[in-house]
Amino acid sequence: MNTALVAALLLVLLGFAYQMGWSRSRSLVTGGSKLHSRPSYHGSLAAIWALLPALLILGLWALLGTTATRAYIIAQLPPEIASLTGADLAGAIARIRQIETGFGVLGETAPWENAAAQALREFRLLTYAVVLAAAAGTGALGLFMARRRITARLRARNEVEGVVRVLLIGCSVVAILTTVGIVASLLSEAIRFFTFVSPVDFFFGTVWNPRFSSVGSGSGDYGLLPLLWGTLMVATIAMIVALPIGLMTAIYLSQYAPPKVRSTVKPIVEVLAGIPTIVYGFFALVTVGPFLAAIGNTLGIDIRATSALTAGVVMGIMIIPFISSLSDDVIRQVPRAMRDGSLGLGATQSETIKRVILPAALPGIVGAFLLAVSRAIGETMIVVLAAGNSPYLRLNPGEPVSTVTVTIVNQLTGDTDFASPQSLVAFALGLTLFAMTLVLNVVALYIVRRYREQYE
Amino acid sequence: MQMPSEKIVASTDLYSMKSSTIRTPDAEARPVRVKAREVCVFYGPKQALFDVSIDIPEKAVTAFIGPSGCGKSTFLRCLNRMNDTIEGARVTGRIELDGDDVYDASLDVVELRARVGMVFQKPNPFPKSIYENIAYGPRIHGLAASKAEMDGIVESSLQKASLWDEVKDRLQEPGTGLSGGQQQRLCIARAIAVSPEVILMDEPCSALDPIATAKIEELIDELRENYTIAIVTHSMQQAARVSQRTAFFHLGNLVEEGPTDQIFTSPAEKRTQDYITGRFG
Repeated sequence: MNTALVAALLLVLLGFAYQMGWSRSRSLVTGGSKLHSRPSYHGSLAAIWALLPALLILGLWALLGTTATRAYIIAQLPPEIASLTGADLAGAIARIRQIETGFGVLGETAPWENAAAQALREFRLLTYAVVLAAAAGTGALGLFMARRRITARLRARNEVEGVVRVLLIGCSVVAILTTVGIVASLLSEAIRFFTFVSPVDFFFGTVWNPRFSSVGSGSGDYGLLPLLWGTLMVATIAMIVALPIGLMTAIYLSQYAPPKVRSTVKPIVEVLAGIPTIVYGFFALVTVGPFLAAIGNTLGIDIRATSALTAGVVMGIMIIPFISSLSDDVIRQVPRAMRDGSLGLGATQSETIKRVILPAALPGIVGAFLLAVSRAIGETMIVVLAAGNSPYLRLNPGEPVSTVTVTIVNQLTGDTDFASPQSLVAFALGLTLFAMTLVLNVVALYIVRRYREQYE
Repeated sequence: MQMPSEKIVASTDLYSMKSSTIRTPDAEARPVRVKAREVCVFYGPKQALFDVSIDIPEKAVTAFIGPSGCGKSTFLRCLNRMNDTIEGARVTGRIELDGDDVYDASLDVVELRARVGMVFQKPNPFPKSIYENIAYGPRIHGLAASKAEMDGIVESSLQKASLWDEVKDRLQEPGTGLSGGQQQRLCIARAIAVSPEVILMDEPCSALDPIATAKIEELIDELRENYTIAIVTHSMQQAARVSQRTAFFHLGNLVEEGPTDQIFTSPAEKRTQDYITGRFG
């Protein structure tokens, strides 16, 4: 169906209906009655009435059209072809569709095929016209009804606002449904994975070695623990870097910095959050990794250039603005009266910060911290490039590690067969990651919400 | 004219200050705790206070009244240097607390604020327990050597603020859970806990209902026996009820100061008269 044409038709209908509702209600005003709603609401209501039935018809066709067309094609086929099943029938139908579009097909076309294609062409043209006419007709009918309803007392504003409310609810439902859908797909694929590998082996296994199917010899080991360990180690190192620096930046910006310095420094710090993570990745790979390795060399410690330490430090730098910006906001939300009260009792500025401001802001800071942790756990590009991709349980942060996110990337890049555990494991890993960040976010939200009540 | 001694409200130098303030000394002179001489305050380029000179006598309540924006709160905040915390504020002139220059570089502002307590317009208890609210000041100044001593300070401060009977059974509950009037008395108790000599109150009742206000006023009257109190208020009735001396500010100038009953019955300045009778403000 020609989408542009349909869209144009709908737009014309919309504009016309609005104009009609508007002018009709205006004429009531000049007729001397006092309108309940302003003319623009009457216009909007008429437009809604005209558009909704038309959209409903089009939506129905979009839902049922394919099935109806398929049924029609089958009805055109000779009985011996129509009685075929599965791939053969689908192939025949596809051939006829191809012929109908005029792109041509492989091999000679049989006369019955040409006939069916011709019939299909007519059928499509007919249904196209019928659907369009039906849409336009119901639209016009809706418009007519709407026009008849227009009186001075019609509560058009209330009705339009009701429709808008439904629309808003619908939009928020989309977000919820998307989440539900993602979880459902993760779950179903993960369950398929668990038919190959038992959950106990997955969650408590200490060896990660998924041999690719081409190598043969069984399906390999899928132990989550080395990956989880790597993830937690990198995230912990990142937080060790980011928390003190970010928090102290926030304290300086909110309590000590003159307004001029603050208004310059804060945006600059926030630029850090806008740098693409892949850039951080090669910054880690090219600069920080060799630098840390050199330091290790001088100190006599063996630090590899790509290691948990490298990835963690760079990730920590990336997270600084999260902590500093969120904490800065939270600290500034502590009422000035608290600060004055403490200063008025003879506390110094640092005593005031330590004993009054930070405790009051603590829940918010914890919330910021947890959000930053969930960000660190889900971070991918930095660890792909800088962590060394080595899925073994190692205590030494100077050694390479692998994380959950890196492993998902590895399992899903290149040739993938979505029926094998090698690929399906990515969904189980994704589910694990999702559960972790979800719990962190829920806890963070809960803490932040409790904090909000405190000063109301 | 008799020559008043150094410790009398109307010390002689007060009359030689450059300003047009009309002053009436008390019939019975009181020793002076705080002396302000030609105090000017600037917020950036804007001057908020012009050459304010006044003596604040001990064991008495001095009320600062005047229309909004007249500088009375600004002046109050000079006395314990709370203006230091405001960006771009600058103070000139001289303020003495028992003869010590408050703005002298050698004077520690922390020590000053322990000697000059402050109660704010809105009750601002810390989001801590009632006990911790009171113990906060003594703890930062190291006033209690033991837990028992701290308990004693907390109890006596709450008693002086006539809050003890209401909260003695729930000292560990958050101070923010008290009613507005109780919170303000908690803040007064918190200020008392560091044993200040002077207590500054910046419209302490403006956020409270009449019953809570009456309680605070009663409390102020009791505190007068041991402390030097300066109070900023918008309520003329309150000034008349609680204070012994009243100072009227207008547009950053100290217009008139004198015994409260004299200011309210026979003000010498027309502007004072107009404000008190409600002609402007």
